Amino acid sequence: MSQTVVPPPGSTQPADPPRRQKVSEGKRAERKLAWLLCAPAALVMVAVTGYPIAYSIWLSLQRYDLRFPDQREFIGFDNYITVLSNGYWWNAFWVTSLITVISVVIELVLGMALALIMHRTLVARGLVRTVALIPYGIVTVVAAFSWRYAWTQDTGYLAELVAPESALLTERAPALAIIILAEVWKTVPFMALLLMAGLALVPEDLLKAASMDGASAWQRFTKVMLPVMKPAILVALLFRTLDAFRIFDNIFVLTAGAQETSSVSMITYSNLIRGLNLGIGSTMSVLIFVAVALIAFIFVKVFGTAAPGSDDRGRR
Amino acid sequence: MAAMTTGAKARWTLLDIIVVIYALVPVLWIVSLSFKTPATLTDGNFIPREWTLQNYADIFSTTTFLRALGNSIGIALISTLIAVVLGTMAAYAIARLEFPGKRALVGVSLLIAMFPQVSLVSPLFEMERSLGLFDTWPGLILPYITFALPLAIYTLSAFFREIPWELEKAAKMDGATPAQAFRRVIAPLAAPGVFTTAILVFIFCWNDFLFAISLTSTEASRTVPAALSFFTGSSQFEDPTGTISAAAVVITIPIIVFVLFFQRRIVAGLTSGAVKG
Amino acid sequence: MAEIVLDKVSKQYPDGALAVSDVDLTIADGEFIILVGPSGCGKSTTLNMIAGLEDITSGELRIDGERVNERAPKDRDIAMVFQSYALYPHMTVRENMAFPLRLAKVDDKTVRAKVDEAARILDLTQHLDRRPSNLSGGQRQRVAMGRAIVRDPKAFLMDEPLSNLDAKLRVQMRTSVAKIQKKLGTTTVYVTHDQTEAMTLGDRVVVMRGGLVQQIGSPQFLYEQPVNLFVAGFIGSPSMNFVPARLENSSVSSPLGNFPLTDRIRTLLEDADAPREVIMGLRPEHFEDATLLDDTAMSGGATFESTVDVLESMGSDKFAYFTLEGEMATSAELEELAADAGASDLSADGTQIITRLSASSQAKEGHPARIWFDTDKIHLFDPHNGRNFTYAD
Repeated sequence: MSQTVVPPPGSTQPADPPRRQKVSEGKRAERKLAWLLCAPAALVMVAVTGYPIAYSIWLSLQRYDLRFPDQREFIGFDNYITVLSNGYWWNAFWVTSLITVISVVIELVLGMALALIMHRTLVARGLVRTVALIPYGIVTVVAAFSWRYAWTQDTGYLAELVAPESALLTERAPALAIIILAEVWKTVPFMALLLMAGLALVPEDLLKAASMDGASAWQRFTKVMLPVMKPAILVALLFRTLDAFRIFDNIFVLTAGAQETSSVSMITYSNLIRGLNLGIGSTMSVLIFVAVALIAFIFVKVFGTAAPGSDDRGRR
Repeated sequence: MAAMTTGAKARWTLLDIIVVIYALVPVLWIVSLSFKTPATLTDGNFIPREWTLQNYADIFSTTTFLRALGNSIGIALISTLIAVVLGTMAAYAIARLEFPGKRALVGVSLLIAMFPQVSLVSPLFEMERSLGLFDTWPGLILPYITFALPLAIYTLSAFFREIPWELEKAAKMDGATPAQAFRRVIAPLAAPGVFTTAILVFIFCWNDFLFAISLTSTEASRTVPAALSFFTGSSQFEDPTGTISAAAVVITIPIIVFVLFFQRRIVAGLTSGAVKG
Repeated sequence: MAEIVLDKVSKQYPDGALAVSDVDLTIADGEFIILVGPSGCGKSTTLNMIAGLEDITSGELRIDGERVNERAPKDRDIAMVFQSYALYPHMTVRENMAFPLRLAKVDDKTVRAKVDEAARILDLTQHLDRRPSNLSGGQRQRVAMGRAIVRDPKAFLMDEPLSNLDAKLRVQMRTSVAKIQKKLGTTTVYVTHDQTEAMTLGDRVVVMRGGLVQQIGSPQFLYEQPVNLFVAGFIGSPSMNFVPARLENSSVSSPLGNFPLTDRIRTLLEDADAPREVIMGLRPEHFEDATLLDDTAMSGGATFESTVDVLESMGSDKFAYFTLEGEMATSAELEELAADAGASDLSADGTQIITRLSASSQAKEGHPARIWFDTDKIHLFDPHNGRNFTYAD
């Protein structure tokens, strides 16, 4: 938006300065109003995130254990070396990555299926949409308890059904699978809603044209729907990946991080609240922040490279 | 859809049933557990063999749960109110006004929406302890507002963009003052969006566990999700499974109510804002 | 009832763009006036300035002799019908129409009576309790009209009120808008980009282009005496044919052949000091199938022969299309008109001509035909500034 005021062509009439000033005054008033309206929200967001991030970086450069507050001192990057050379951290990192990748992939497939059902079902559409919102809305901890009891030996119907003789939540691989199950169950509806927004953007005529052109249902889905929906899918994936990477509630309730099932959020919490080691905790916080920023960066790069290509896909 | 074949109808019905089972089974399971007697709690049966209300009686007779419930309701309501008010102001500016810094604001909120909350736990823990906010309502309300604001701003600005603002002009032509145009034309049209956003924000605050468990230490401000994990089989409760289930069911009720009554709005809100809730 | 005067009214946006420049216009009490022109010509801005929805940068707007530049829309006592109708979705039809009266604190009984009366005029009585979302496009349009007429304002402003209707309904509504306006006798300013609406509705038409008023006059006058190439091309459907032409002494050489100028035109040209290269314009109805005319009828014109490209029989008459060899007429105005019609990228070899012939013409597609045209009806334009040399007021 340019602010330059070009003199009117053939400005023979008196330049009328007071009136023109009034116009820019109106613009200034608009800006002032906008800033006033945004200021509280912006202030809160910056105060509760911006400052703490900086503070967290500062803390991560210190030895600071609340159990030994006298030993607080500046130690540079020692905490980072400690964390990055620690097996627990890397285990948590890989566990988190594994859970993220597997659950997001499953969510994408199931979410797409659910989106298609919610979008196209001819029977009881309102009911399906209502019911599908329940996993989205339910408190994660509640759902996690439901899954935990379902898989607890002797108590749970699923444990009874699948493996009555063993305690699955106390074995690493089954425990991770159950964590992923709980995560997937809860977030598929959200994924489906995001994808449904994308589905609504696919023109009905386009699908009709494709079927007139001889495309089967599967071809219509892969060759018409998916390419048109690609931006919506990428957004959904980005949101869900970043969200899955901060997984905490489910693990806390289901295994409490036992059998090396801790996520990065989980061990950060343990170091901080249980271990009361602020220095190490903050270091982990910063590392998670960096990891999330990296994921977002990679996704945005994918957006950047993929968006212009969507044109020739349409022509094909 | 009169020409729908019975085959198609049957297929869709089957798919619908699968979705319903998918969504409801874990919920029904926890409901079932909450009604089981201590004796049948470990029978692994999906449907209780013996029904009891004892678990509900138990939780409502302890201060632990009642305090937590009060905290949950109070903190979520206050956070929602503040976040929606601040969000409405900012969203109006974003949707309707031109100003430098708009993109920056939108960018910052997007960043916060994607921010790993755990990264804030350490500094907030330390800051709140030194400010005396630790284990207080404001100590939780502040981060809730912060993380709810991006959601509120996105959803609301999407709604506000949908409002036909030409109506404001029409109202002026019909003889309304700016205040009248707002009160009688714009506000009634904006209200559904604000209401929907409030539901989404409430669900978000109601759901939180990480902040609730990290920034509280006593019953003074511990919300139900955090309190659940402190229900133990101590002297008071033999086995916490039944009471945890009952408490879990209680805090699920508002969610079910929202979903049942405002399904359409929630879907519209989530798909228009397209941000995580 | 009011007289509206625009006295050198201009609108300049803060970024410097001049949307409307020095509009002088006196709208008589009870007059139906049309602002017409391609999109971006400033007609809607002019209307919004009259409404008070946009500030006037310079000049003065007077309603009934009073300066109203600084008055808020609500204090101007003007009603407006919007292109999108701008119906309040949360109110019923009755509430929509009553809204301006309620704001004016009119008592309930009068409100009811006025709304019922307006609903009766507009045939909306049975829809009064419905919401706008449950109405058809035509019904919504009528509610928008109703909301304007219940207040009995000093003037109606209408911003392309029919452009969202389908073709048939548009013709119907056009007639009823005209009827209602005649009946109420309220001063009306009507913006459209549709020249047919402009021709059929208005007492007077204001043609605008690039923020400047091109010509003001009755529809018939604009049609017969366009002041420049732009007005000539904009008014009339099918539009005027344009071909390049060369003036030699007292005759014209053009793709339609060489023919002598009539005395009337020669006199006008002498006064105008015209250059040699000009653009010649001729309306489709000034052509005729030469085989239908006797010698006396043909004496006032010239003929050309060409192959009929396309023949459209309208029943009452026939449209015959020809492609003449030679250059197309080019000018900034013609390009703008073509762009507005969405035909700027339609390329053709030679010059396209549309002629309107009698229904009894025997011309056939793909066959040559001899066509007569009235040489006294030609218009000659300056290719550089579009001025009509044959304009006489």
